Amino acid sequence: MLLREVEYAKPGSVAEALELLASNDGARALAGGQTLINVMKARAASPDMLVDLNGLDELKGIELAGDGTLTIGAMTTYSELMGSAEAKARPILGEVCATIADVQVRNRGTIGGNVCSNDPTNHLPPLMVAVGARMTIAGAGGEREVPAEEFFLGVYLTAAGPGELLTRISIPAGKKDGFAAVTLGADGTCIANAAASVNGAVRVAIGCVDAVPVLVTANSTEGVADAVRGANLMPPSDVHASSEYRTHLAEVLATRAAEEAAGR
Amino acid sequence: MDVTVAVNGTTYERDVEPRKLLIHLLRDDLDLTGSHVGCDTGNCGACSVILDGVLVKSCMLLAVQANGASIETVEGLSEDGELTPLQQAFNEHHALQCGYCTPGMLMSATALLRENPSPSEDEIKKALQGNICRCTGYWNIVEAVKSVADA
Repeated sequence: MLLREVEYAKPGSVAEALELLASNDGARALAGGQTLINVMKARAASPDMLVDLNGLDELKGIELAGDGTLTIGAMTTYSELMGSAEAKARPILGEVCATIADVQVRNRGTIGGNVCSNDPTNHLPPLMVAVGARMTIAGAGGEREVPAEEFFLGVYLTAAGPGELLTRISIPAGKKDGFAAVTLGADGTCIANAAASVNGAVRVAIGCVDAVPVLVTANSTEGVADAVRGANLMPPSDVHASSEYRTHLAEVLATRAAEEAAGR
Repeated sequence: MDVTVAVNGTTYERDVEPRKLLIHLLRDDLDLTGSHVGCDTGNCGACSVILDGVLVKSCMLLAVQANGASIETVEGLSEDGELTPLQQAFNEHHALQCGYCTPGMLMSATALLRENPSPSEDEIKKALQGNICRCTGYWNIVEAVKSVADA
């Protein structure tokens, strides 16, 4: 398919990428492109310039600190994360990435792209909220860190604003995590999903039911279903599920994810 | 923009528009029509190629992004007219009906076997998840890959 005309820039550093994004109104960052290129085909997005982040080593790499904190570069692909010895410190990360689409998409698609596109059906936004990730955003004024709960602002909208880039994600140590989803076909798009993490209290973030992941907490896995009901979800209806059915799935999946997390 | 790519060991230099997808560089500019355009939405995998050792869908990246890369397409699998064991197995197991998905299936299975020379049936199915056969001829495709894996 022929895309609309677009300029292409391949910066040599994050600083240069930020400058390109800030000085060109119609510029968009191109990460793995497994969503962006497709929405450009459909003309749902028509950037004037693509700033290609591929090849920027500053945005790559997975580090494991002494206290178990993982720091993951935004341009780390799902496949790289799945194959990383360091990332095994938080096993849920690789496990969830292995259920995203297919090999080819996982080979190009990136962690940063998944969270920054913030499609409500994406896997990683609820997971990042559940595990208490912290997002580092770089802009003209330097870097700032935003907790995942404050990073997701709306459909396709995050705290990484125009002229800014998510550079890395930091995730604290932990193993008691779970994830559950109902998808369109094996490893397909999520109809509803839930990520859970147990660390004293149970934290469950539910996806596909609102513009951003909905966080509920409970004292025990038994209390999760009540907590979900208490959140008064009003998910959208679409061809795959009615609002009522999604509400039902939210409760079931939140409980499943919490039980998986508690059982580890 | 000037783009230099090495496809199946041959270096090509072309002036391409940034909006051109890699699949169109391969098919339209380099006349390598083995890789197919199936769905054009990143779902079917008929355009799968191996880019610097990594399996990708060539309709999901720009040709300019492949600048400097080494690309393997289905045309590069056989050497001197000799089919690879995998291609031979596709033939023997009747692992193709209309043949449209075959180039992508071959590239995905090739990438799998390099990484994991003896995959289980489940691993084969998982590895071919990104390749859709519109004839639904999956059974024989999996059988063909299995036969090479077992060897």
